[in-house]
Parts: sequence; C-alpha cells; structure tokens
Amino acid sequence: MALDDRKIPRDPTPIVGAPTDIAPLGGPKPPHERTADEEAGTIDWERLAASDRFRNLLKAKRRFIVPAMIFFIVYYFALPVLIGYARPFMEKQVLGPVNLAYLFALSQFFMAWIIAALYVRAAARFDKMAADVIKPVDSSGK
Amino acid sequence: MTPALAMFLGFVLVTLGITYWAARRSRGDVAYFAAGRRITAWQNGLAVAGDYMSAASFLGIAGMIAFNGYDGFMYSVGWLVAYLTVLLIVAEPLRNAGKYTMADLLAYRLNARPVRAMASVSTLTVSTFYMIAQMVGAGALVKLLLPGVNYETAVVGVGVLMIVYVVFGGMLATTWVQIIKAVLLMSGSTFLSILVMKHFGFSFSAFFEAISRVTWTGPDGAVITRNFFQPGLLFKPPWGAIDLISLGLALIFGTAGLPHILVRFYTVPDARTARHSVVWAMLLIGIFYIMTTFLGFGAATILTPGKISIENMSAPLLAEALGGKVFFAFISAVAFATILAVVAGLTISASTSFAHDFYTNVIHHGRERRPGEEVRVARITAFVVGAVAILLAIRLQTVNVAFLVGLAFAVAASANLPVIVLSIFWRRFNTTGAVAGLFVGLAGSIVLIIISPSVMGMDAKALIHGQPIFPLKNPGILSIPLGFLGAIVGTFLRREPRSEARFAELSVRANTGLGAEQATTE
Repeated sequence: MALDDRKIPRDPTPIVGAPTDIAPLGGPKPPHERTADEEAGTIDWERLAASDRFRNLLKAKRRFIVPAMIFFIVYYFALPVLIGYARPFMEKQVLGPVNLAYLFALSQFFMAWIIAALYVRAAARFDKMAADVIKPVDSSGK
Repeated sequence: MTPALAMFLGFVLVTLGITYWAARRSRGDVAYFAAGRRITAWQNGLAVAGDYMSAASFLGIAGMIAFNGYDGFMYSVGWLVAYLTVLLIVAEPLRNAGKYTMADLLAYRLNARPVRAMASVSTLTVSTFYMIAQMVGAGALVKLLLPGVNYETAVVGVGVLMIVYVVFGGMLATTWVQIIKAVLLMSGSTFLSILVMKHFGFSFSAFFEAISRVTWTGPDGAVITRNFFQPGLLFKPPWGAIDLISLGLALIFGTAGLPHILVRFYTVPDARTARHSVVWAMLLIGIFYIMTTFLGFGAATILTPGKISIENMSAPLLAEALGGKVFFAFISAVAFATILAVVAGLTISASTSFAHDFYTNVIHHGRERRPGEEVRVARITAFVVGAVAILLAIRLQTVNVAFLVGLAFAVAASANLPVIVLSIFWRRFNTTGAVAGLFVGLAGSIVLIIISPSVMGMDAKALIHGQPIFPLKNPGILSIPLGFLGAIVGTFLRREPRSEARFAELSVRANTGLGAEQATTE
C-alpha cells in the first residue's frame, strides 16, 4: 500500500495481489469494475443470445460439462461414502499391503487429470463455435 | 545463534532477494498491467499452484498423514479434484466477462453497493480463516528454530513482523513471488521424497510394508502399532463418515470461491489461456500432493508419531532427520517464504477490497473525504485482521493447519460459490438473492464452526468450554446447501427486471468473450 506510485495511466489495475489491486478513486473506472449498464454499448445482446449459433454453443457446452460434473462428483464422493460405509471392502489388500482404499484415492488424481484433458479437447471446439457467434458482430465494425 | 537459524535466515533473505529482483525486472520497460497480460498459461498455472500450496498443504497435510495415515490423504485428494469445479464452471466465464474479483462479477448485473459490501465482508472472513492457519504454521516453525522462545512469543513476533512488512512494504504477493515459491516448494518436496525413498533403498515394497506397520511408543509408554493405509484413524465413528463427506464438499466447492485464486484468471490474455493455466496448475498441484504422501508417510515410518513434537512440523523434522541441518534450514525457509507470500497476498487483497468496496463505496458513496483515506482504512483493516489471526493462532497452536484451512474452504464454499454460480447461470438471480446467499452462507458456516467440536470441547484446549452442539468438525454438508438456499429464497422474494434484462449480455460475454479484449485495452 506504500507503493501507490505504481499506478499505470492506461489501466490502473496492476498485477494480482499488489497494493493497488483496487483502482484508485477519482480516475475513470477500470474495465473490470464496470457494470452491464455501462458496458452495454451498441451490441444487441438479446438478439445475439437468442441466435441459433449461440444456443448451439450453450447446448454443446452443456452436453459436455453437465455429465462431466456429475461423473466427477459421483466418482469423488464414492470415496468417502465407501470408506465410511463399506470399510471391510475398502480394506481389502490388493497390492501387497496396499489396500483398495489407497488405490481408489490415488485413482482420483488420474480421474481429475483425464477429465481435464478431455475438457481441453472438447473446449477447442467450443472456442471455434464461440468465434462463429461473435464473427458477425466483429465484422460489422462495432 | 544456531547454525540452522543462521542458514534459515540466509535462505529467507535470498528468497526475498530473488523475488524482489524478479518483480523489479518484470516491471521494467513494460507497464505492470501489460506485463500481467502477457502471463502465459504455464506461468499462470505455476502462480495458481503457488497461491494454493500454502502452509496448509506442505506442513498440514504432511503432519496429518504422519499422525493419521490414510485419512490425511483425503485432504490431498479433495484439494486436487476441486480444480475440476474451477476448470469446468468458474475460470472461463470469469475471464471472458473480464471480471477481476467476485465483487466485480456480482456487481456487473446486480445492484453494486449492497453486493460489493457483502462480498468484501465475505472475502475478509475467508482470508482471516486462511491467515489463522498460516500464523499457526509460522509460529510453530519459529519455535522449532529458536528453541528458547515459547510459542506465544513466536506467533506474536512473526505475526507482527509479517503484518508490518505487508502494510509498509507490500511487494511480496506478486505473480513472480508465487512462481518462484512454487518452484522452490516443488523442488524441496521432490528432494525430500527422494531422500525418503533412499531410506527404504528405493524399494516401494519396503516402504509400503513399513507404512502398514507403523510402531511407536505413546505418551503413556504403551507401544502402538497401526496400519497407516487403514482409513478411519482420524474420522472415527459415530460422525466420522459424515464428517469426511462434509469435508469433501467444502474442499471441492471451496476452491472456486477463494478470492486469491479467482483473481488469477484476470491476468491472462483470454479464456483459452485461463483454461490451460488451470490444467497446468492441476498437473503441478497433483504431483505435489502425491509427494505430500511421501513426506507424510515418510515422517510416520522414519520418525514415527511418538518422536514428532509438533504435528505441523512433521515435514521440516523429516528433512532434518534425512538431510541434516542444511536441508532442514532450506525446507524451513521455503515453508516460511510460503507463509509470508500467502499472508501478504491475502492481507493485501482482503484489506484493500474492504477499504474500497465496503468503506469507501458503501459508507461514503464512493468518495474519499480526505486524500489517502482509502489506503489508511486498508492499513487499519490489515492490522485488525492480523491481530485477530494472531490472537486465535495462539489458542490454536496444536491444531493441524490443513484442518484450519479446511474451515476457510467451508466458508468460501458456503458463501461465495453459490452466488458466483447463480450469477453466471441463472437469469432470475438478483440483488436480494446475492445478499441473502452471501449472508446466510457466511453466518451459517461461521455459527456451525463455533458450535462444532473444532471450537467447543470439554478439555482445557478448547476455545469454548462446553459440549459441542453441532457434531461435525467441518460444516460444509449443512452450510453449503444453506448458502444456496439463502440465495434462491432471497431471489424469489423480489423481482429485479434490470438484473434479468442484463443476463443476456453477461451470458453472451461469459460464453464467447465478446467485448473482453476491447474492455482490457482501453
């Protein structure tokens, strides 16, 4: 907070966690503090939101994200539930002294990594679809 | 001054020196913010990992596993899986919409003053919980390095030093600090893991065999043998099973509500980079958390719980036993730098957000009565938060720091996550719902923590003497639904056409990033 001299004329918000995280008062509002009313501009958001391309994008995202969320939540909570309520099963030793509980816990790491990788692959497609949604707006010289 | 202490101070100074140098260099000819925008996915991933791997992860999880075996590992699992919530539903919309903090996101289509006020109170609370844990860790570290000093003096000394440093220096919590810290922490843990494996002749079967038969002498002289692969040593009946689920809920939904993690996605150029930085962070954090099991199980088998004086110090003590004084000093210095960086980042963002969003915007209608008033309020806030954290840390010296941070996650998951998610995905959501959700989630989780066994107890160490009213140590299973319920019921109490009318704009922006570039270059 002693380093207020680090204000930048163009955008007053500096890097994360620095003393001037919050834009100084008096100047123009930094972009991230603007509200929807202030940013609405000339774009017809309602029409864009109702367009087929945008709805298809939302549908495609939902088709991946909803099952992925459900899967990871079920897979994750299977661990504490089984530990709590199926203890003898989880204590079965499968790899020398290593039991099922430990292997299942370890598998959670790989589950998380695999879902993340699948999502990155699917999201490349979402990026293309999103670009298609905003193309007409960008080319109309907004 | 002992050699270990001298080396420790040396390492801390070198770390601070490097970060100071890096921070200056990164400023250089490019403006700060522009430099921030050039943060690449892996750099941001490292910074997220650095923010995340606080004293709780390094000291807390290792200690938890050293004393309770398998059950401690549950923290590692939950804290990694949590990033799927961040990846799938929070990071990209936040980046696409060009929002920096939770308050910015909520204020976008809701009535700015009340939601900014509540959001800043919630941020301050989560940060305070987080800080208590860091202070407990710092106090224990200093006590270990200065055997003559008692814990109370150590916490007060370290705490005051940190707060003074944060308030008057304030440099530390930059992206570069977190990156350097993450690299040091990862390499230190890797080396320590290798030392553990070397102790067992690089034989996993010998290591696993030892874990399944951890033997030590209890305080009463009885010899105890436990299989540390076995679940249930910490989460015991009758409430253990539900408590573990409750903890799991707090862990996997709390991360997406942590103020210092959310702001990280503002420093990258676009949603694609935000996404990739989460994946980098997941890779680094996952590897680190798998290593914490080597440290924890290593401490359990090589030192045994009977010989570890303070649970939170398991990892540094293991480093001393296996790598000698120099490595001990190095690990302690890295842990200390970690704590310093996290405390600095949290204090600064929480106190400035309070000064800006609550004090100036809400009480004084966005005007400073005197120049510099906001900075002064932020400083006072930082001192108050620091003092509260120090006082509570004194009382909580034997409590595991991972457990304490778990409580911060419960508060974040109950208060912040519901309003963030509903604001992005629910057209009908409005100001009343946001304020109610934040309030109910915050108050609910705090009240449940106060009447839980974490605070109330029958023994002398308890903060409040009495039979706990709520049986679970972590309130997540009840307080997270409460937060959602508050937000939903609050929303239905009133109609807010303006908020609903602006949903289309937010939704298009959040899903396509339209307008985000324009907003950042102006």
